[in-house]
Amino acid sequence: MRPETMRIVDDLRDQNILNLEHAKRENQKIVGMYCAYSPKELVLAAGALPVSLCGTRQEPIAAAEKILPRNICPLIKSSFGFAITDTCPYFRMSDYVIAETTCDGKKKMYEILKDYKPMHVLHLPQGTNRPGALKWWTDELYLLKDQLEENLGVEISRESLREAVKLVNKERLAMRKLHELNKVDPAPLSGMDMLTSLWMKGFNVDVEEGIELISQLAEEVEEIARQGASPFAAGTPRILLTGCPVGMGSEKVLRLLEECGGSVVCLENCSGFKAVDTLVDEDEARDPIEAIAEKYLQIPCSCISPNEGRFDLIDKMIDEYHVDGLVDLTWQACHTYNVEGELLNQYVKEKYDLPYLHLETDYSTSDLQQLQTRIGAFIELLNNRRKA
Amino acid sequence: MITVGIDVGSMTAKAVLLNDNEWLSVIRPTGCSPRQSAREAFDELLQEVGISTGEISHITGTGYGRIALDFIDNAVTEITCHARGAHYLVEGTDLVIDIGGQDSKVIRTDGQGNVIDFAMNDKCAAGTGRFLQVMASALGADVSELAVLSRGAEPVEISNMCTVFAESEVVSLLAQGVAKENIIAGIHRSVARRVAAMAGRLGTGSKVTFTGGVARNAGVKEFLAEELGAEINVVSASQLAGALGAALLAREMAKISLRRLDYG
Repeated sequence: MRPETMRIVDDLRDQNILNLEHAKRENQKIVGMYCAYSPKELVLAAGALPVSLCGTRQEPIAAAEKILPRNICPLIKSSFGFAITDTCPYFRMSDYVIAETTCDGKKKMYEILKDYKPMHVLHLPQGTNRPGALKWWTDELYLLKDQLEENLGVEISRESLREAVKLVNKERLAMRKLHELNKVDPAPLSGMDMLTSLWMKGFNVDVEEGIELISQLAEEVEEIARQGASPFAAGTPRILLTGCPVGMGSEKVLRLLEECGGSVVCLENCSGFKAVDTLVDEDEARDPIEAIAEKYLQIPCSCISPNEGRFDLIDKMIDEYHVDGLVDLTWQACHTYNVEGELLNQYVKEKYDLPYLHLETDYSTSDLQQLQTRIGAFIELLNNRRKA
Repeated sequence: MITVGIDVGSMTAKAVLLNDNEWLSVIRPTGCSPRQSAREAFDELLQEVGISTGEISHITGTGYGRIALDFIDNAVTEITCHARGAHYLVEGTDLVIDIGGQDSKVIRTDGQGNVIDFAMNDKCAAGTGRFLQVMASALGADVSELAVLSRGAEPVEISNMCTVFAESEVVSLLAQGVAKENIIAGIHRSVARRVAAMAGRLGTGSKVTFTGGVARNAGVKEFLAEELGAEINVVSASQLAGALGAALLAREMAKISLRRLDYG
């Protein structure tokens, strides 16, 4: 059974674009962002609208490959392709873009993309456990604040930052609540619907409206759970999906997992739970920029070394979501997630004796059949274990 | 109880009919229609035994063509089927190496035919039967003679894993005057190394069984044993492990439905 509210969510894409066009006509400033490390609070405090930028579809990759090397990850190629072919309305309408040095491919790609749009590239520290890491990242956010003020012609006050912090925390709590409803077995919300709502939310224009919609969906899902209903039969193997970010257009692995008889109960990746797991400290005695920096630095991305936070988060999710198996998705040529996969493999096998499937693929459909065999065999294995 | 397993691979379609502990098989080239060749293999099998479809309790399909089959009761991946079939052929198998026409797989099992973990090659022909076939044609030989031709030969280093590049490498080795048998031995070793690297990630097994069409190549088997440092079991029916596994799983499925009927 599918929540009624999902129908509104499904139509959100068109609605979002209309809303954005309307805002643009009203001279509202729009700031595009690519990654979970982009601090939305600063954009809101600048009185601008933060939006996610496209980068999850295969279509513009061919255009990107005329300029970029073929053997880099599809996410970089897709993001770049959308921008240069002017096929992402969010990019087109953005007055300014925030990017970051999360990986080698991206940071060099932005050096080319900066000619297409005014942009600021945040420099991430390599890790979080060095004494200077937080100070570095806080300075980076101050630099971004200056850049936003200069480019948008506004001033970002402490007061507006505090308000933005509260608003985005509220949004995180709403998203977290929706996610956490899937702790129930069988899960009341399919992984596909979870992904659709999380992803659509990123392109949402009005934050308050978005929170309301997600809360409405959560309420409905809660009711479904209360009735003991679910889109899945009892005993369906429960899967944690981790690794590279997934969006609509790059959802093939998630879709196959559910088509082959699994239930993706939680998404650990940065398009899922990773970004909403922690909140910004609202303590008014603190410098809000430092508090924001602290939260964002806790995001456990594989570009951080060592990335212990990811293992801690996975620990928590395996336990709370009663996970039967892990699927770790790596986009081709994403070296950091690809290598970290081996550490994760050892970790979950030794600590939990849980089946782990590592998949390396791209956005294309050329390997669907091979994926179907791997994923099918993995689900058969999980079913076999559940029976035993 | 009679059950049937159909394994439609990229090169051949295999059908196995299982009746208690007796079984019969038919192998046909897949050609360009997996559905048709599977159907033909199935019909031929029925004709041979002289029974009708109605007398079969359950049919399970597997292999790449499994989705195209319209006469099966259920489909199971070849990974699960090979694990089951290998255990039936060589009891106590805990590591299955399956090299077929377009895939190579390493499957770790619990020693009872149940999958614990597996690895599979990417969407590329490196280390598969197709790789051997392309190399054979570059060498002007038939794939079935490779093992005999290279018996006891000293392998040369084949550094390219990619089928297309490896073919050019073979052509240039021939041009340099390197003996054919040494090149073939080198090709066998490169396939074995590729698969052994995959196996390395899964940990070693104590009883290794080699299945799939390439298991018929004694040269690859020998290098696999060397690379894995383990004895490799190959039985004459190794190519049928997938279809046999499917027939065994079909029997389990049929028994479950029978129990349900009794209960109801």
